[in-house]
Amino acid sequence: MTARNHRRRGLSLAGMAALALFASACGGSSADNDTAGGDPSKAPVAGCEEYTQYGDLSGKTVTVYTGIVTPEDAQLKATWAPFEKCTGATIKGEFDKTFEAQILVRAKAGNLPDIAIVPQPGLLQTLVKTGKAVAADQATTDMVDKNFSASWKGYGSVDGKFYAPPQNASMKSLVWYSPKEFTEKGYKVPTTLDELMTLTETIAKTGKKPWCAGIASGEATGWPVTDWMEDFMLRTAGPEAYDKWVNHEIPFNGPESTAALEEAGKYLKNSKFVNGGYGDVKSIASTTFQDGGLPILKGNCSFHRQASFYAANWPKGTTVAPDGDIFAFYLPGKAATDKPVLGGGEFMLGFRDAPEVHAFQAYVASATWANLAEQGGGGRCATPNKNADPAKAAGCSDIDKLAISVLQDPNAVFRFDGSDAMPSAVGANSFWKQATNWITGQSTKDTVDKIEASWPK
Amino acid sequence: MSSTTGDAVLPTTSTPSIAVIETAGKKARKRLTSPWASLIAVVLAVLWTAPTFGLLITSFRPRADIDGTGWWHFFTKPTFTLDNYREALSSGSGGLGTNFINSIIITIPAVLIPISLAALAAYAFAWIEFKGRNLLFVCVFALQIVPIQVTLIPLLSLYVDAGLNGTFWTIWLSHTMFGLPLAIFLLHNFMKEIPRELIEAARMDGAGHVQIFFKVLMPLLTPALAAFGIFQFLWVWNDLLVALTFAGGTPELAPLTVSLANLSGTQGNAWHLLSAGAFISIAIPMVVFLSLQRFFVRGLLAGGLKG
Repeated sequence: MTARNHRRRGLSLAGMAALALFASACGGSSADNDTAGGDPSKAPVAGCEEYTQYGDLSGKTVTVYTGIVTPEDAQLKATWAPFEKCTGATIKGEFDKTFEAQILVRAKAGNLPDIAIVPQPGLLQTLVKTGKAVAADQATTDMVDKNFSASWKGYGSVDGKFYAPPQNASMKSLVWYSPKEFTEKGYKVPTTLDELMTLTETIAKTGKKPWCAGIASGEATGWPVTDWMEDFMLRTAGPEAYDKWVNHEIPFNGPESTAALEEAGKYLKNSKFVNGGYGDVKSIASTTFQDGGLPILKGNCSFHRQASFYAANWPKGTTVAPDGDIFAFYLPGKAATDKPVLGGGEFMLGFRDAPEVHAFQAYVASATWANLAEQGGGGRCATPNKNADPAKAAGCSDIDKLAISVLQDPNAVFRFDGSDAMPSAVGANSFWKQATNWITGQSTKDTVDKIEASWPK
Repeated sequence: MSSTTGDAVLPTTSTPSIAVIETAGKKARKRLTSPWASLIAVVLAVLWTAPTFGLLITSFRPRADIDGTGWWHFFTKPTFTLDNYREALSSGSGGLGTNFINSIIITIPAVLIPISLAALAAYAFAWIEFKGRNLLFVCVFALQIVPIQVTLIPLLSLYVDAGLNGTFWTIWLSHTMFGLPLAIFLLHNFMKEIPRELIEAARMDGAGHVQIFFKVLMPLLTPALAAFGIFQFLWVWNDLLVALTFAGGTPELAPLTVSLANLSGTQGNAWHLLSAGAFISIAIPMVVFLSLQRFFVRGLLAGGLKG
């Protein structure tokens, strides 16, 4: 606590010094009028009330390096503008599609930005292990505790130490369906796994194959099955077992994971349930993942499990909305109150121990930021921030709104795509290949045994 | 060439060896100018140009058309717009305008620095006797073998230690380093071809190394300098790797190639801008190449033949 007070004092001193400097150095920009300064007695300028906690950062610069490029870079910059205006700090963005390769080069050479927006927990760990990352300060940690669930904080931490607050998220636990069909036939969106199975059976009795799927994806053929298995692992074995499974603390052919794959197989390997519009179970392996869900539009199947990005795969003219041609529902948990979510997200990892860097991290973790991001619409919509105002998301797509509502659910337990976190010999090789064999006839037992055998010792 | 059989018999007056050479030359010429060869050349040229031509047409088509149909549909249903160029150039969506200037700022010193250094070094290697000259020259020559990829991380950490990161110097110096071995080699070979008598005559008249270099060699070197200049210019202008590693995505430093790579967007859904971006980026090299083209061929032939 003393260290913190000390830092606080240092901050306000630096702030005052900066203010003095700034005042003497003409100014002219709009920023100097708005800086409330380190003096708390001074009333903040209108619209800047929420920013006084970050102090006066005039003249300070924070560089942010990210793989997010056009058009989302403009949306991102728009969310930074009020912070710049109210604190006087400058946020310099570096937008580069090759971020994931370059950040490692720059970490090795010591040419690091102040903050990197890291889209993978694995990369985050690698970067922290270079020893150059700076842990989040108390204000940021408090902000994250207030606004995010424990699972999000966990992914931003390495070895129990919290480093990086989350920014945006994406969601994979979705089942695409036709709202029109549901209203015509009077089906209800299932809220538990059992209801999903009952509805599947009901539809199968009408002679229609309820599910359609496609896993062909060139060299990565099989990856959609890994998402299926991860979703069921989360639901049948629970998040703790899921983490152990991803970290290989329990074997891949253990009872939990075998049961999860069996559970996925109840849908994917039942010739009465699949593959609507394409043929038998084996046709799943030869159908590309892009085409996998399209038979829903023709009425040849009813359900397709795929991540939110699939919204872009529907042909032009398809309305993706709760009352449109196509929409998605959350792949339910075991009970209606269980909300395990599989997905992805971004984290703000800091590399410089300075008040302005910590202040900016805290700002992005705040509800203020999340609301701005939602207002901006587009690709920055989906936020896992519990205290973001869903009303601000009016301009977002319906799928993003759904993602926000699931991510904000107090019961939501978020987990990252596990195959991405496994060693690449498994996560980007044997898992895909054996999953494909599993679809074309290999038994569940053989499949998990072979994947376990391929795990690097 | 229509004159054929008569020519082979004609040179009765010249010596047999010359006759043989002449007939060989004629034969070669005849063979190369056959209508079939011309046809193949034309076909190759068309095949080679067609994709670029398609790209050019694509860059002027509206987005919906680019997404929907191939560029050849332009001929049946012509639609024309400059929106792609406008959108690619405007800074609103990560535009190319500033990066264009950056590319120029990067390229000019990155061409001039290695040329001036290499010309001086090549002179020393060619006309100044010193111990270990040949060994040193072989070493410089051998440096061309080092792939630049292995040098990226060490170089970057050196720049960071020297406090140079985040400036144009990192890119200028890197391109200079990577360009020097080839530049020295080319210019050295070119200088070696200049008759020794010329240098010696100048020396007899009392010229020192500096005078010989500037008064005697420089005028003769122009084609070689221009040739290497074009080489280096095209390499630096089109470079992505070096710029990406040393400048990253910093808007103040990034050249055209970096923003071109980002132009298609995070999800790659703005790829209709790429064709316009490509043409913006090749405009300057086209001008440079076309205006210096004759030096290019001459200089290459002059420098590259002698080992």
